[in-house]
Amino acid sequence: MRNLLVILLLLGLAACASTRGTGDLGVVIERASGAVMVVTTTDPARLSGVEGLGDLSHASVVFSRDQRFAYVFGRDGGLTKIDLLNSSIERRVMQSGNSIGGAISQDGRLVAVSNYTPGGVKVFDAETLELIADIPATPLPSGKRSKVVGLVDAPGQRFVFSLFDSDEIWVADFRNRAQPQIRKYLNIGRQPYDGLITPDGRYYIAGLFGEDGLALLDLWQLDRGVKRILDGYGRGEQKLPVYKMPHLEGWAVAGDHAFLPAVGRHEVLVVDRRDWREVGRIPVHGQPVFVMARPDQRQVWVNFAHPRNDTVQVIDVHTLKLVRTLTPGPAVMHMEFTPRGEHVWISVRDGDRVAVYDTESFQRVAQMPARRPSGIFFAARAQRIGL
Amino acid sequence: MRRGALLVAGLAAIAAAQADVSKQRASVLDNLLLHDCGSCHGLTLRGGLGPALTADMMQARPAQALVAAIRDGIPGSAMPPWGELLAEEDIDYLVRRLREEVKP
Repeated sequence: MRNLLVILLLLGLAACASTRGTGDLGVVIERASGAVMVVTTTDPARLSGVEGLGDLSHASVVFSRDQRFAYVFGRDGGLTKIDLLNSSIERRVMQSGNSIGGAISQDGRLVAVSNYTPGGVKVFDAETLELIADIPATPLPSGKRSKVVGLVDAPGQRFVFSLFDSDEIWVADFRNRAQPQIRKYLNIGRQPYDGLITPDGRYYIAGLFGEDGLALLDLWQLDRGVKRILDGYGRGEQKLPVYKMPHLEGWAVAGDHAFLPAVGRHEVLVVDRRDWREVGRIPVHGQPVFVMARPDQRQVWVNFAHPRNDTVQVIDVHTLKLVRTLTPGPAVMHMEFTPRGEHVWISVRDGDRVAVYDTESFQRVAQMPARRPSGIFFAARAQRIGL
Repeated sequence: MRRGALLVAGLAAIAAAQADVSKQRASVLDNLLLHDCGSCHGLTLRGGLGPALTADMMQARPAQALVAAIRDGIPGSAMPPWGELLAEEDIDYLVRRLREEVKP
């Protein structure tokens, strides 16, 4: 009798954690419901859901290097570790009052979160979510601390991030996790709003909201300091209002060029990767939000800020021309390519759906209901620097 | 006296505007407030890149100052001028929602 119980129990466990890989899985944020959908890119389809994650406006996700766990960074300071196989919450901590995103370290053992309130970075053990380090940001005259944005992982077990209110970039070296070394770069330009690291892990670029230009740090040559690039792009032109802050992601680097959203202009800036000079601008449909290269770097896909956010445009990297304009539906929030780029998943927030497009034919190949979806994150990010 | 008359005119304008937002429009504005304002101020309006917009904070400030901030934006900050996209009555509605004088 007892043996039977044990066998039944084991069978139950086996059914729970089915033998399945997670490399083709991902999560879609359902922002207003405090939930995520677990999806597979192979079918493509929704597999399951996980609820109870709090305020997920602007939520983002990184993955454990075994791709089994997703770390979800919520707006309300919640950090949740989700088991993709069991669709369950493995651990969850409320680590601040207000947070904006995070990163996982090179060795996969540390998870860092960038916070608005109180401004700073907290670093956690990736397995247990125990606090390892608390790095408060620069105090401001108001008594608050600067908000931290653009947090990425970098080779050498480092985290790099920008301080929105105090115009700084910090590099935190966690090779000795008990005693992180922090290097600070001051006066890098007004109001860095986000940062990216190039896919090779060499360059960190912070976009500036307070002035026309970007700040570049060569992580191979830290002593050279931060250099301004695209200084004064569009100087003298009337800026357009920005109804949604653009985002930077490392995979907007394609071929010899990097593609970046202009701020206050309906343009994508094209930069030569060798000398970081502007080589062109591509007029687009609206204020760009995400400018993302397909994994093979042949195309760059762009979505737009409110109120022109029902549209997505595709730039051909070879000719630097727009080749397609799609209208997936009201309030396109985010795009994510399958690992080798044959499909792109697009979240249509106010249409309550996720649409999947073939990136060669531009035909919609699948669609699934989702409650006010925003960010889409696939587990293949686990193996990429800076994502 | 003149100021009083202006105030009365202003109040009358607000009252007229209040009648102007249809149920359908209100639902569009509610969604805008939750998601588009929320992308900077948080879905629960407890702040983000932009400051918190909780009801007690909003009630502590004059309605006209809030109207102006939404309509014209706040130069030097990331707050854009929504007056280019929203009508005066839309903005009045949003202010009343923020002050919890109306419910969604």
